[in-house]
Amino acid sequence: MNRAAGQRQRADLDAIVRWVGEGSRVLDLGCGDGHLLAALQRRKRVEGYGVDFDIESVTQCVAVGINVIQSDLERGLSGFGDQAFDHVILSHTLQAMHNTEHIVREMLRVGRQGIVSFPNFGYWRHRWQVLRGRMPVSEDLPYQWFDTPNIHLCTLRDFELFCGQHGVHVLERLVLTDNQPVNSLHNLLGATALYRIEALR
Amino acid sequence: MTARSLGVVTPQTAHFDEPLTLRSGAILERYDLVYETYGTLNAEGSNAILICHALSGNHHVAGLSVADDPKTAGWWDNMVGPGKPIDTDRFFVVGLNNLGGCHGSTGPQSLNPKTGKPWGADFPLVAVIDWVHAQARLADRLGVKVWAAVVGGSLGGMQAMRWSITYPKRVRNAVVVAAAPYLTAQNIAFNDVARQAILTDPDFHGGHFYEHGVVPARGLRLARMLGHITYLSDDVMAEKFGRMLRGDDLKFGFDVEFEIESYLRYQGDKFAGYFDANTYLIMTKALDYFDPAREAGGDLAAVLARATARFLVISFTSDWRFSPGRSREIVDALLAARRPVAYAEIDSPNGHDAFLMTDAHYHNVMRAYFERVAAEAA
Repeated sequence: MNRAAGQRQRADLDAIVRWVGEGSRVLDLGCGDGHLLAALQRRKRVEGYGVDFDIESVTQCVAVGINVIQSDLERGLSGFGDQAFDHVILSHTLQAMHNTEHIVREMLRVGRQGIVSFPNFGYWRHRWQVLRGRMPVSEDLPYQWFDTPNIHLCTLRDFELFCGQHGVHVLERLVLTDNQPVNSLHNLLGATALYRIEALR
Repeated sequence: MTARSLGVVTPQTAHFDEPLTLRSGAILERYDLVYETYGTLNAEGSNAILICHALSGNHHVAGLSVADDPKTAGWWDNMVGPGKPIDTDRFFVVGLNNLGGCHGSTGPQSLNPKTGKPWGADFPLVAVIDWVHAQARLADRLGVKVWAAVVGGSLGGMQAMRWSITYPKRVRNAVVVAAAPYLTAQNIAFNDVARQAILTDPDFHGGHFYEHGVVPARGLRLARMLGHITYLSDDVMAEKFGRMLRGDDLKFGFDVEFEIESYLRYQGDKFAGYFDANTYLIMTKALDYFDPAREAGGDLAAVLARATARFLVISFTSDWRFSPGRSREIVDALLAARRPVAYAEIDSPNGHDAFLMTDAHYHNVMRAYFERVAAEAA
């Protein structure tokens, strides 16, 4: 799955750790090498499981003792019980999924709450590059158009519209640029967005 | 770290006089278990690993039976040994032949103390839980209070699962490879065709063929041929044999014409030459009977909730005997039971047999897992 590690994701990770309750049950979709779950275990003593399709990632998780299930997220989360987790996390993975609607529905079936983070395509640096006639390449979108796994990029407004149309209630939003919270003109000045969501009941 | 061979290993025999009541209600008054060990048990007794064998396996897991003869290597020699994923420089590894077997442990070829003749078909049918109880007594004998891991593929994986449920405090890790929580109707059907091949062989003599100085080789051969079909994938058969002919042209007869026929007949003959027909019947019945969820009205999660072990579950994409979906049943039950589990679905063309074969991804996952097990044990 698509998750570049490193400094770029520090604030993202810190925010997710803040949002997750002490000792809660967490499912991390597209968990990569398991660093987020490791942080959650260390800092929040969560009961965590990761899902990843890539055998190298699975092996890395096994090596550090992270519970990991090798599975293709595109095929949904069958096998995971309804509301089995307190939080289901989709960190920098949504934009690389084919079946966006399906995975969001599935994460809110399996979890009481979802946490979604993604790079904001509406960030002014991205818009500027498009204005200059190029596909954006940035710290948050580190790929060239021809090798990117990101097939469903969106802006904050796009995602919020999507939530409204799909019975998803946004509980909390955090917008970050250079690891700092953005407090105005979010869709223009924000590089990364995090949402805490639940299904409208 | 380079992988080396263990060299020649010598099997040992443990004799038990304490009667063992089997799941069927039958009682084995006394019995022998043949086993091999590799590596050294540490002072704390925390580095012991039990390897459970599958249908036709035995105690000879790793190393050589005869010096310098690679043909005598154990059945999991690519996995177990110095520098290998299950590293005998760090672990004390135990392999045994299960009750009912034909490699030295008490089984149908052993003498029935009541008659002074071989047990034959009178040897009681054993279940996976019976093996696990017997293995626990062997563990006591070897000074192993808690296994760092119980490991097995196929029917061996079922034993690992059973250990975690029946002796939860004695298993820190259960490694379940290419297994299933129970056999499907199709699995049982294949087993029964194999059994019928043996049972209807005129040389079977109701299971008392030893007295007649014959072996039901035709039945055993057919059983093995059928088994082999289910161990391979369609793709790997197509790739290895396709429609290749033995000779230059069709012969329009029933002798071997296609390579696949030659391969299966060779495998069948080889097997019939060393394996015991009664053991084959017993092993397939143990498979059929395995269904731990039965104890909780079919709720596998409720049964696995008793386990305290961490689990590693592994399946292979082209395995259709115990497909990845069957391993996912185990994983999903473990998730529902809130047990720690890692699951890898290895992309392999080699069907059910993949669990015995060398595969970088598979072996890397095993190595990574056992690094953790070793760290815990230290």
